[in-house]
Amino acid sequence: MSIDIETARRVAHLARIAVPEDELPALAGEFNAILGFIEQLSEVDVEGVEPMVSVTPQRLKRRQDVVTDGGQQEAILANAPDAREGFFAVPKVVE
Amino acid sequence: MSELSKLTIAEARDALRKGEVTSVALTEACLSEIEGAEALGAFVHHTPELALEQARAADARIGQGDAPSMCGIPLGIKDLFCTKGVESQAASAILHGFKPEYESTVTSQLFGAGAVMLGKLNMDEFAMGSSNETSTYGTAVNPWRDGERQLTPGGSSGGSASAVAADLCLAATGTDTGGSIRQPAAFTGITGLKPTYGRVSRWGIIAFASSLDQAGPMTRSVRDCAIMLEAMAGHDPKDSTSADLAVPDFEAMLTGDIKGKVIGIPSEYRVEGMPEEIAALWAEGTDMLKAAGAEIRDISLPHTKYALPTYYVIAPAEASSNLARYDGVRFGHRAKLAQGDGIEEMYQKTRAEGFGAEVKRRVMVGTYVLSAGYYDAYYNRARKVRALIKQDFEQVFAAGVDAILTPATPSAAFGLGEMAEADPVQMYLNDVFTVTVNLAGLPGIALPTGLSGNGLPLGLQLIGRPWEEGDLLNTAYALEQAAGFVSKPAKWW
Repeated sequence: MSIDIETARRVAHLARIAVPEDELPALAGEFNAILGFIEQLSEVDVEGVEPMVSVTPQRLKRRQDVVTDGGQQEAILANAPDAREGFFAVPKVVE
Repeated sequence: MSELSKLTIAEARDALRKGEVTSVALTEACLSEIEGAEALGAFVHHTPELALEQARAADARIGQGDAPSMCGIPLGIKDLFCTKGVESQAASAILHGFKPEYESTVTSQLFGAGAVMLGKLNMDEFAMGSSNETSTYGTAVNPWRDGERQLTPGGSSGGSASAVAADLCLAATGTDTGGSIRQPAAFTGITGLKPTYGRVSRWGIIAFASSLDQAGPMTRSVRDCAIMLEAMAGHDPKDSTSADLAVPDFEAMLTGDIKGKVIGIPSEYRVEGMPEEIAALWAEGTDMLKAAGAEIRDISLPHTKYALPTYYVIAPAEASSNLARYDGVRFGHRAKLAQGDGIEEMYQKTRAEGFGAEVKRRVMVGTYVLSAGYYDAYYNRARKVRALIKQDFEQVFAAGVDAILTPATPSAAFGLGEMAEADPVQMYLNDVFTVTVNLAGLPGIALPTGLSGNGLPLGLQLIGRPWEEGDLLNTAYALEQAAGFVSKPAKWW
């Protein structure tokens, strides 16, 4: 499996990380080195093995389906880069 | 009195209880050491006022009697832990200025037990790294040097390791996703424990790879690890993966008696190109445990060689998902936008500016292995191999092995900047002995047992059965006593 520049561009977009055009070849090269390393996994016989879901087998605890928290608008907005009138503000989303 | 900052937790506790010292005096001694240790880059946010306030409260509590063991003990806290009103950035520019409105469960429990926070400690960005060189604060430096050569304290908990080894604090919190407590502990001659997955709550710890992350103590002795773990551990309703199990008195389990315990020596850890001094250290440790009355047994963990590639699928996959929250909307950095930029540009520019190179690389690798068409080939296959790695351990434990002894790292600490030109995979090899433990969710402890040819600390790792940290700590205690490691770095900073 070899990653070309087009794939590197697509992955960067999926990850929502802007990568300048001239850095894509180097990025593709790094992906290839890492994926080449990961490729070893294809030699393992995993026939009939269930993929691990939880490392410590335990039944997740259940709790009452009730509100236990809330009413903290100020604390929630305290670290926002741009908060206005009790909301997170972002650039216009809909035309 | 700078000697005070050199005490172990156990020594300080006993002196506090006898009234021979106060927490304020201990705290002031540490603050003064920290002030003189800027060259180590260990503490990145200082909280002296909070520390002294906590110390005064601790002294009052000790005066009333019946204070817990951690009461009045000055600690450093890794920057990955959210601490209320105090910068918590995971050493990333994307969380610049972030001051949580809440306290992580671990720090909350430690403070509840009366512990004192001196400040926040350096680390690799989002705990991704093995040398503390990916931090937005600049690198942390190992107090041990090789002549004039400056060395890495390891990573990701490099600041924690450096601070404890240099006697800036009595102990520190660390977190371990692939070896981030144990590798830096080994590189700096201190003791670090990664508990069983689920023993310590992850709530309020900035997430890297949620199925692997676990917080633990980094201390100057096995006894201190036992004391501090007890204060950190326990069920937390806010972390659904935290185990609802009683927390034993780990310190009371340190008898040093390991007669009849079965110690496994895994042949697969004898990796190609292992330096002679690491092989010798391992053999010496084996002999020490044997001399203490343990039965030594050769064992096989056949899927060991696949642990690192498995980790480098699962950890980036989980990271790409966890780090999706850094979008410039709710907290941290937002990029300056150009005229006409929309929300997409805001996300992409914010993340490009805020994340460092290694974090971007891992987020993108994770995105790739989870993307349509590759999910089965990479992510699902890695989860299956992970099941096999865990099964290797289960079979060995079922056959009667109590603990497994391995080297902690493939070498002594390397020089700062020496890995800069290396392929990312070369850096990943640092975790070759530690990463299996995270994949299998087991407890593991690294402790110093010898020095390298050039006088640097070297550590061994013991791996225990799930939930049996007490038994593991006791085996480590026996090894610690036999090894008698007392070397300290010569002060140059």
